[in-house]
Amino acid sequence: MTRKQRRLAWVVFGLLALGTAVGLVLLAARDSVVFFFSPSELAAKPVDSNRRLRIGGLVATGSVRQEGEVVHFIVTDMARDIPVVFTGLLPDLFREGQGVVAEGKLGDDGVFRASEVLAKHDETYMPREVVEALKKAGQWQDVSVAPSPGAKSPEAPR
Amino acid sequence: MHRFANPTRFLRLSKVLLPWSGGGGVLLLVVGLVWGLWFSPADYQQGETVRILYIHVPSAWMGLFAYTVMAGASAVGLIWKHPLADLVAKASAPVGAAFTFVCLVTGALWGKPMWGTYWVWDARLTSMLILLFLYLGYMALVNAFDDPGRGARAGAILALVGFVNVPVIKFSVDWWNTLHQPASVSRVGVPAMALEMLLPLLVMGGAFMFYYVTLLLIRVRSEIAAAKVRAIRLAQGHGA
Repeated sequence: MTRKQRRLAWVVFGLLALGTAVGLVLLAARDSVVFFFSPSELAAKPVDSNRRLRIGGLVATGSVRQEGEVVHFIVTDMARDIPVVFTGLLPDLFREGQGVVAEGKLGDDGVFRASEVLAKHDETYMPREVVEALKKAGQWQDVSVAPSPGAKSPEAPR
Repeated sequence: MHRFANPTRFLRLSKVLLPWSGGGGVLLLVVGLVWGLWFSPADYQQGETVRILYIHVPSAWMGLFAYTVMAGASAVGLIWKHPLADLVAKASAPVGAAFTFVCLVTGALWGKPMWGTYWVWDARLTSMLILLFLYLGYMALVNAFDDPGRGARAGAILALVGFVNVPVIKFSVDWWNTLHQPASVSRVGVPAMALEMLLPLLVMGGAFMFYYVTLLLIRVRSEIAAAKVRAIRLAQGHGA
């Protein structure tokens, strides 16, 4: 092995070892690297009702109800729902069928009390006219996000 | 590779290339800016705010590309000891740092109206901030040695260690839940972007690439000149 080959082998070996180490660390720290939990992920793990966390998903169609400054809506990932209560101003992009991330605490009654709501948009970029033309032609696949069947709606008395 | 590692040949070649890369960059930048800021359509969700995209996305691409060049040149410098490789790595760092900074600032300005916040600690934003710190750390380390050769060696190791961050940035939006959107352009299948927005974006990407190449050539040329001055000073010092 020449000196050049030895140096090359060291660099390749070093990068592989480092990559493996970083990969393992990130895998172990998965729960703190994710920015939010989906309703399904949250259902799979027990949560302390005093712990602040973020949930994310889509705002279920027809679920937004405004009472003065208080907003009720449902965050869904099509499999499970979480009813959310929030007091304050919503971001411009907040709308039904769109992505949302809410930070707050999950109460024992299953209602998420959010202190902050952020809008999350997807990777689609399109001019308005194209979307309108697609809608006219019936080609637009609008995300109609109904709450999953059997879920508690925020309107339901409890 | 060896042919271009010769500084004299590089000086000759870069002199021919510079007017073309500079001129091409200015031309593409004017076309891309006018197209992106005036003639491209507004987005159906984001309205006119979407135009930040034409600066933000190419800056992010170039921040990652300049780091990849820096790490690649560092590896070549460490393994094959090419005289030019260390200079390319050193010259790439400040340019890449500037692109990364522009990406972070435009991202914050975009995040406020769209997401409702300037900054969140999600995986994409955090790893991009780490990239900026890697650039700054590399620049400080390379210049911390009196002997430029030792500085380049230490910097090369840092650049290679930090390269682990590059795939993390790229795939952060796929591996974890993030507030940042997944990739629109470089995804499997068709881009999730209408052609009348994708084309000006690609023109801006080309403009940023030409700008980067132009700055890199100028910086490497001046690094070669600085090395010559150092050599002459040393010779005179010994002669006196």
